[in-house]
Amino acid sequence: MKGLSMPDWAEFIIANYNYWGVAVLMMIGLYAIIAKNNLVKKIIGMNIFQVAIILFYITIATKLEATIPIIRHGHGHGAHAAGIQAAGYMNPLPQVLMLTAIVVSVATLGVALALAVSIYQRYDTLEEDEILEQLKAEELRQV
Amino acid sequence: MKYIGLIAVLLFGAVILTTSLEFPAVGDPNSPASRHVSDDYIEHALEETAVPNLVTAVLADYRSYDTMFESAVVLAAGLACFFLLRRFRRKPPPYRLYRHIDTGVILIIEKGGKEPTNSDEFERIDANWVPYDVIIEKAAGLVVPFLQLFALYVIFHGHHSPGGGFQGGVIFGATLILLALSTDLRSTLRQMPEKSSAIMASTGLFIYSGTGVLCLLLGANFLDYGILSRLLAVDPVMARSHGILMVEIGVGVAVSAVMIWIYYNLVSAGRHDEGL
Amino acid sequence: MIWQLDLIILTLVLICGMAAISIKDLLGAAVLFGAFSFMMCLLFAIMGAVDVAFTEASVGAGVSTVFFVAAVFRTSRSSRD
Repeated sequence: MKGLSMPDWAEFIIANYNYWGVAVLMMIGLYAIIAKNNLVKKIIGMNIFQVAIILFYITIATKLEATIPIIRHGHGHGAHAAGIQAAGYMNPLPQVLMLTAIVVSVATLGVALALAVSIYQRYDTLEEDEILEQLKAEELRQV
Repeated sequence: MKYIGLIAVLLFGAVILTTSLEFPAVGDPNSPASRHVSDDYIEHALEETAVPNLVTAVLADYRSYDTMFESAVVLAAGLACFFLLRRFRRKPPPYRLYRHIDTGVILIIEKGGKEPTNSDEFERIDANWVPYDVIIEKAAGLVVPFLQLFALYVIFHGHHSPGGGFQGGVIFGATLILLALSTDLRSTLRQMPEKSSAIMASTGLFIYSGTGVLCLLLGANFLDYGILSRLLAVDPVMARSHGILMVEIGVGVAVSAVMIWIYYNLVSAGRHDEGL
Repeated sequence: MIWQLDLIILTLVLICGMAAISIKDLLGAAVLFGAFSFMMCLLFAIMGAVDVAFTEASVGAGVSTVFFVAAVFRTSRSSRD
C-alpha cells in the first residue's frame, strides 16, 4: 500500500507494532508464571515467554523488500557469487541463534514436565498452595 | 499474590514499551544487527562452502561450536528425564488383565495365578483400554514409512531448502511417537527399546564431536572442515559442504532418539508398562 | 512482509496466549498451546524466517503438545484456577 499518504500516527503504529506485540506477549507469560496456582499453567507461561523472545529476535532480523536467506540459483551451473547483494537477503545470524533457542526450550519443557509428574506422584496434587501446606505439615512433624 | 503479580507485570510492560521507542525501525537494512558480520556471511558463504541455504551454512560451519553444545543440552535433557522418573520394577504388579478376543470377556489374573500363554485367543490389555480401532492403527501403520522417508529427505536436502538436522530429527522422533500412540506402548518398546534409543542419542553426539576430532587429527583446528579434502579427495569447498552434511546427520540421530526417550519416560511415569 | 496479515496473525496469537492460561481444563490448555505454537509458526514464515518456522511447527505444534497431553494424562486434568 505504498503511495497512499498515511497520517503520522498510522505510520508510527506500523513502524512499531511488532515490538508492542512482543512486549504484551512477554507480559502474558510473566503473569502466568507469577500469579497462577497450578504448576502446568506456570510451565505454559514459561513457554509463552520463551517464544516471545524468539519473536523479538526474528523481528530484528527482517529487512524490508528482502527475500528469505536462501541464495537463488545457488546450485548447478553458474553457482558463482556474482551479484549477491547483502541488502537483498534477510539477516541469517539471529535466525541461527533462535534455532538453538527453540531446541533448548523443548528440552527444558521435557524436564519441567518430568518434575511436575514426579511432584504429583509424591504430593498427589499440582496446586502450589496445597503443596506448601503439606511441606509445612511435614516440617512441623519432624520438629 | 495476584495483585502483586499484576502490578509488577504492568510496571515491566510500561518500561519495555517506553524503551521500544528507541529501537531501530523494523526492516532497516542499516540497523546495527545487520551491519557487522552478517554481510560477510551473506556474501561469502556460497563461494566458501557451496551451500545455498545460509542458515544451515552459518549453523553448521561458521557457528558449529554452539550447535555441538546445543546437541549436548538435548542429550542432557533426555538423561535428566530418565533419572527423574525411571523406576525399575522390583516386584511384579498386583494383577494383570487379559481379554478373550472372540467374546470380549476380560480376565483379572491375580499374582501367583496361571496366565494364558496362547497369544492367539488372549491379548494383554492396559487398565484404561479402549476398543480396538482398526482405522487409526492401520492408517498410521501405512503412513509412518513415508513420514520417515520425508524426515530423511529433510535432513539430506537441508543444503538447498529449509530444513536440516534438527527439523528432520524431530520429525523422525514424532513418527516413533505416532507408532506408540496408535498401537500400545509395549509393542513400540519391543521395536525400539529404551537402551537402543539411549545408545543412539550418545552416538549422534559422538558423530558430531568425532568429525571435529578428525579435523584435529589431520592437522587443522577443531571443526575446520576444509582439511577433510585430504580424506575425501575433493576440493576444500566441497569438503566443507560434506562436513556440514556429516554433522547434520549426527544432530538428527541424537535429536530423534532423545524425543522418543523423553516420551517413553513421560507417558508411563517411568514404569514403561502402559501409555496413552 | 505484508503488514496487514502480520497484524491479524499477531492479534490471533495474543488471543490464543491469553486463552491458554485462563482455561480451567488442562487438556484444553494443551490444545490451545498447540494452536498458539502454530500461529507463531505462521508469523515467523511471514517475516521471512523459514527455517525457524519449520522448527517451530515440528517442535511446538508437534512434539511439545504431545508432551503436555502425556503429562496431563499422568496427573490430574482439572485445575482450580
